[in-house]
Amino acid sequence: MNLTMPLRFTSIAAILAANAAFAETTITIATVNNGDMIRMQGLTEDFTAKNPDIKLEWVTLEENVLRQRVTQDIAAKGGQFDVMTIGTYEVPIWGAQDWLVSLNDLPAEWDKDDILPAIRGGLTVDGELYAAPFYGESSMVMYRKDLMADAGMEMPEAPTWDEIAKAAEAMTDKEKGIYGICLRGKAGWGENMAFLSAMANSYGARWFDEDWKPQFDTEEWAATLNTYMDLMNNYGPPGASTNGFNENLSLFQQGKCGMWIDATVAASFVTNPTDSTVAEHVGFALAPDNGLGKRGNWLWAWSLAIPAGSDATDEAKKFVAWATSKEYTALVAENEGWANVPPGTRTSLYENEEYKKVPFAEMTLNSINSADPTNPTVDPVPYTGVQFVAIPEFAGIATQVGQEFSAALAGQQSVEDALAKAQSLTAEEMEAAGY
Amino acid sequence: MARSVTTQRKIINTAAAWSIGFLIFFPILWTILTSFKTEATAIADPPVFLAFDWTLENYEVVLERSNYARFLWNSIFIAGGSTLLGLIVAIPAAWSMAFVPSRRTKDILLWMLSTKMLPAVGVLYPIYLMFIKLGLLDNRIGLTIVIMLINLPIIVWMLYTYFREIPGEILEAARMDGATLKSEILYVLTPMAVPGIASTLLLNFILAWNEAFWTLNLTAAKAAPLTAFIASYSSPEGLFYAKLSAASTMAIAPILILGWFSQKQLVRGLTFGAVK
Repeated sequence: MNLTMPLRFTSIAAILAANAAFAETTITIATVNNGDMIRMQGLTEDFTAKNPDIKLEWVTLEENVLRQRVTQDIAAKGGQFDVMTIGTYEVPIWGAQDWLVSLNDLPAEWDKDDILPAIRGGLTVDGELYAAPFYGESSMVMYRKDLMADAGMEMPEAPTWDEIAKAAEAMTDKEKGIYGICLRGKAGWGENMAFLSAMANSYGARWFDEDWKPQFDTEEWAATLNTYMDLMNNYGPPGASTNGFNENLSLFQQGKCGMWIDATVAASFVTNPTDSTVAEHVGFALAPDNGLGKRGNWLWAWSLAIPAGSDATDEAKKFVAWATSKEYTALVAENEGWANVPPGTRTSLYENEEYKKVPFAEMTLNSINSADPTNPTVDPVPYTGVQFVAIPEFAGIATQVGQEFSAALAGQQSVEDALAKAQSLTAEEMEAAGY
Repeated sequence: MARSVTTQRKIINTAAAWSIGFLIFFPILWTILTSFKTEATAIADPPVFLAFDWTLENYEVVLERSNYARFLWNSIFIAGGSTLLGLIVAIPAAWSMAFVPSRRTKDILLWMLSTKMLPAVGVLYPIYLMFIKLGLLDNRIGLTIVIMLINLPIIVWMLYTYFREIPGEILEAARMDGATLKSEILYVLTPMAVPGIASTLLLNFILAWNEAFWTLNLTAAKAAPLTAFIASYSSPEGLFYAKLSAASTMAIAPILILGWFSQKQLVRGLTFGAVK
């Protein structure tokens, strides 16, 4: 077949144009292995159908491995990822370093003002939103209504630590293998220190004063740690110094905990009759306080951010906007039910009549709203963060402090010794860091 | 009487060997069993050993969620490639150290081994930066080279030990018959050292298959092998032990089968020269 010259040119141009039209951009998304994220991976056909020129590649890693991996990549400008799943600890630090792309220009229909103020505040640096929240969480009390009723007690909606101690005592029946309270004891900045830092806020304790001096030698920290030790030693399960979220979830689901104070995301697990033997008996209450105006609950949001080194920023923004949109919430509700939509990010979700029927919805919202990352404890502090201090040195310091507190829980040292060591090691690290 | 004592001892030895073998294998067996349980049964207390409703649901979920074939192919490529590349470099190196030693041979051997004493994380950042410059991040070839280098001291040491057992006179005879260096290594030394080379190959393949530090740190979506596949099912917030066990079983199955069929060669190679 002989084609004339103009026809040949036209054909070649048409082929090139077609190729250009279907040129595919691949974006690599680093994410964690949790129920909400996995659900999103299963629903991405909706995104790729609307954006046929964008291909998604997933890198799913365990939370701590992911954190190390994305930190290394972003610091070395490796350019491995176009979208990263990071938390409220990383966003302010990385945003201030200009390591993340600002998301202030996401489309108007994405509705930035709909994001819960507490969550949005934690993801904003100098007016720039550096990450879009995928799901937000706080912590709250999950308790056994049947055991409370058997003990002739009723859990207040907003209990104090004294009321928690009384309830723990009343529900403990060690002969039957029931322990009044289960709390995190495993060492780590995101493990026992997340719980204890949040608890300390309700006792008016601070990590640092306004001059960045460590505060572990104060009465407030002593009261926090002594209350924690008393609760765990008297009413906690054996071997609690190695218990993290999963270990306590397992104990609670098997009916071995009267109370568990932990992430609000656990509510959907403990009320799921397929996995939980106590699903129908679970009640919820706000994290305890001590009458000082601050509760012992934390605030966290797994969020999607775009590293500054990405070469597919526009495509990544399209994906981030889709995954954190109201439409995505509706898509999950349609496919998996309202109880499974990612919680804790948008005001509109909590105004939705269908979502209001979910048993833990209101308590989750109230818990999130009662946390204030910019003003976490009673006295003023120079940092942001409720259960963490948003400075790069914090993870290392808090992990060491967590090891001291965990050792005290295991009976290897006294509360006084643990606090003294925490004070000296924190002072040393902060001085070395130039504070 | 003496015979009955021997039989008794045999029974005791056999029972002890089986008990120790079972104890060592038990974690793998437990992982395999857990992979067939529901998530609720997986965390049941007291644990259920065999009397549970067996399900393939976890395997279905894992196969649906992950591209197992891609992870498997990457593992085969990286483990196989690094082992073969390692042998190509190590056989001549071990030959020269075993048959033409110099004053510094022992020092070199010790120096090579000392590189294994450095924690891997100590060189992570330099290697990461080099990989960025060379465009080797998330690349199978880059990872193959790194893992070959990591295991090279072990390969050289193992081959050196085997080669030392071969009498140098045989090689001398070959040389007198006019064999070149290449034919000496290929046609005289290698066939005599086959059990040693085979066990070195198998052991290094297993080490490369199981390597998790570099494979997790230098890969993302394209070159990630089965170690990354397992890591993707680990979760600190959620009890997904049955699915994690299914992923682990799928990741270790190929190497377990390989080890099972080659156990004779492995044992023969590892005990080569141990008893004279």
